[in-house]
Amino acid sequence: MKLDARVPAGPLADKWKNFKASVRLVSPANKRKYEVIVVGTGLAGASAAASLAELGYRVKAFCFHDSPRRAHSIAAQGGINAAKNYQNDGDSVRRLFYDTIKGGDFRSREANVYRLAEVSVNIIDQCVAQGVPFAREYGGMLTNRSFGGAQVSRTFYARGATGQQLLLGAYSALSRQIGQGRVQMFPRHEMLDLVVADGKAQGIVTRNLVNGELKAHAADAVLLCTGGYGNAYYLSTYARGSNATAIWRAHRRGALFANPCFTQIHPTCIPVSGEYQSKLTLMSESLRNDGRCWVPKHAGDRRPAGLIPEEERDYFLERIYPSYGNLAPRDIASRAAKRVCDEGRGVGKSGLGVYLDFSEAIGRLGQKTVQERYANLFDMYHEITGESAYEAPMRIFPAVHYTMGGLWVDYHLMSNLPGLFVLGEANFSDHGANRLGASALMQGLADGYFVIPYTLGDYLSQQKPSGPRNAAETEAFWAATEDVQNRIRKLLEVRGGRPVSEFHRQLGKILWDQCGMSRTRKGLEQGIEQIRQLRKEFWEDLNVPGSGEDLNQSLEKAGRVADFLELGELMCRDALERDESCGCHFREEHQTAEGECARKDDSFAQVAAWEYSGEGKAAVRHVEPLKYEEVSLATRSYK
Amino acid sequence: MKLHLKIWRQPGKDHPGKLEMYDLDGLNPDMSFLEMMDVLNDRLTREGKEPVAFEHDCREGICGSCAMAINGEPHGPNDGATTCQVYLRSFKDGETLTVEPWRARAFPVLKDLVTDRSAFDRIMQAGGFISVNTGQAPDANAMPIGKETAEQAFDAAHCIGCGACVAACRNGSAMLFVAAKVSHLGLLPQGQPERKQRVRRMVEAMDAAGFGNCSNQYACEAVCPKEISADLIARMNRDYALSLVPKL
Repeated sequence: MKLDARVPAGPLADKWKNFKASVRLVSPANKRKYEVIVVGTGLAGASAAASLAELGYRVKAFCFHDSPRRAHSIAAQGGINAAKNYQNDGDSVRRLFYDTIKGGDFRSREANVYRLAEVSVNIIDQCVAQGVPFAREYGGMLTNRSFGGAQVSRTFYARGATGQQLLLGAYSALSRQIGQGRVQMFPRHEMLDLVVADGKAQGIVTRNLVNGELKAHAADAVLLCTGGYGNAYYLSTYARGSNATAIWRAHRRGALFANPCFTQIHPTCIPVSGEYQSKLTLMSESLRNDGRCWVPKHAGDRRPAGLIPEEERDYFLERIYPSYGNLAPRDIASRAAKRVCDEGRGVGKSGLGVYLDFSEAIGRLGQKTVQERYANLFDMYHEITGESAYEAPMRIFPAVHYTMGGLWVDYHLMSNLPGLFVLGEANFSDHGANRLGASALMQGLADGYFVIPYTLGDYLSQQKPSGPRNAAETEAFWAATEDVQNRIRKLLEVRGGRPVSEFHRQLGKILWDQCGMSRTRKGLEQGIEQIRQLRKEFWEDLNVPGSGEDLNQSLEKAGRVADFLELGELMCRDALERDESCGCHFREEHQTAEGECARKDDSFAQVAAWEYSGEGKAAVRHVEPLKYEEVSLATRSYK
Repeated sequence: MKLHLKIWRQPGKDHPGKLEMYDLDGLNPDMSFLEMMDVLNDRLTREGKEPVAFEHDCREGICGSCAMAINGEPHGPNDGATTCQVYLRSFKDGETLTVEPWRARAFPVLKDLVTDRSAFDRIMQAGGFISVNTGQAPDANAMPIGKETAEQAFDAAHCIGCGACVAACRNGSAMLFVAAKVSHLGLLPQGQPERKQRVRRMVEAMDAAGFGNCSNQYACEAVCPKEISADLIARMNRDYALSLVPKL
């Protein structure tokens, strides 16, 4: 299969401008004839649904939550990047573009990333106009903070709840369209299949989570904005409901899954405290502006932090990466933390933790200023651990946080299936092998507010608006609905002895051990075997109580875990085939003398896009070569 | 540690419900309240019984999904915290806890501890926004907004829409929820053009959804996980009154 990314010709800086100037349009009178399905109402979904409805398309939006406002974008803490250069510190579109490409360890598509940097400035304007209360200076101007992987201050924020404020902005825009009858909203509806007919995405099958009703919805285009798949690891900073079902079902219907092994492990999360643990809580990267990471210099030093004298502390990030220090990118900081813990220098009961120390900042700025900047994070830390980070350093450890991989899309954000568009974290396109902080919010809103309104029109202008469907199409809807029905029945009929959470926890452990911060050929091969075995057990010994005809949370979870059990294997396969190290993907076989990633640009400067080939059959790996016209592939250095 | 739980079980919307007793032993005080519910549900599943349906998602106090009244207190005993931010160390070993869904006319129970809070969305759809289409915005720094105003707007905007305020109110009033949005947008210069019609529409939608009125008990403020001030209700009432005065 040849993958055509449909990147417009011309110099990088002009591509998007030229594209917009020559894009095919749908006239205002015709827009209302087209129906668009949007699945997911996080930043990407809500912003897309609202913007498309404003343009005049008929939009149906779906979410599994009780309200579109609950999507997990809401939990993003630290901020959103934009190349506004309000700080006069040398920022520009070009620099944001370059930082993002470099941060992604040269494994993302140049043209997409440049566009992202370009529209970043419009996002801030739009959000302010909606009433998003970003942090400001006394003079009334917007203020910024620094984030990892950048030497400028370009991150806009609203205390430690930037994601919440941005999502509520998009949610309010969406609510306005719902109120005006331009968006039909389906909360508590989960997408369980994609309908493909005549080679195009034509609709979805949903389950009403309150009464179990299955329904097929037809549309001229389907937008998946359903987030990432990090919950495959069970323990993560994702919401408990976050899942891969929508993209995995689309993958099974023919959409290619790109770079599934690119998963971000975030360095600063609250460490695991026990077996019962259900989720991990992030402590925003913004804390690394003022917090210093350290561990004792000597392995086995179990003294409390306060009793370890300055000269016996190893501020390891500042030592190894003097120019970026504590603001080294996430993959690098996580691996460094893992390394010092592996050396026996980890702190806390489990030894799986490093200190994030604010005493120097409190001394320099005073407790009041530190409180102003981070109070809600310090409160959160206190709630969870019962400890005060004003008095003793925080203990942190890396945790799964984001997935850079996702469904393959071209420059138009369309998958290889015509009519299927994928936005936000659900696609693979912008972050390469590692995402920089404060870039997820930027991408979600860029895709929804400023990219899809142009690219969708280009596609729809070539399609006849949905009229009566032909027999083959109608048949596809029936068949998909029946498949969903059968699958639900199958899940309910196992009637084994173990709750779904048990399988999920086991899968998570396999993935964390074999496909986590550090990977080896042997471990990955073993992981694949273990997952196959677990999947077999799942279908023999799963217990889902209750029926399919009412609100059944066990059934919902079982369907999602069944999909993770398939996706988990693909993640390992992808990690196995990518025989190099890059960004988050650290293969122990490929490292520099200093233990950093050793990329193999000759053979792996490429996107791996996997094609589903049937139950129990090995997926097929296709390749999109990554061509860099503007940047030269450099060894990433933050030293 | 050990806990005795009396949990509201109700098979569906139009079914009667009742409290059922469950005893849990071997709990860890560092466990969250919802992790304890997970343990209970896994046990029920192994026993072939239906687990307790309850809503939860982010488990870090921001999505507003979780909604349990513990011993009659929405979100339990901790100040400024949601149900998912309650840890077992807040309770005594051997304590008996009653766990119920939100109780309010406008939030019907769907199953066990799950209620229908879509009335909040309808209020938002009526006017909880600034009417600006994508692409229409001027430069973000074109309009200076004082730090203090921005901070006040944030305090109001921090509402997570969980509905604890309604559950705590003897009248089942949603005035804190509505006042938070009216104040967030009404404090900002961008929100001025629609200020009057916004408050009028949102209050009308609130009344239509079956929420009660405010009688100044401040129970809403006391349980709000984001500690939103009930003063905002006065602010909303003033805006509402002004919105009814015809233009002179």
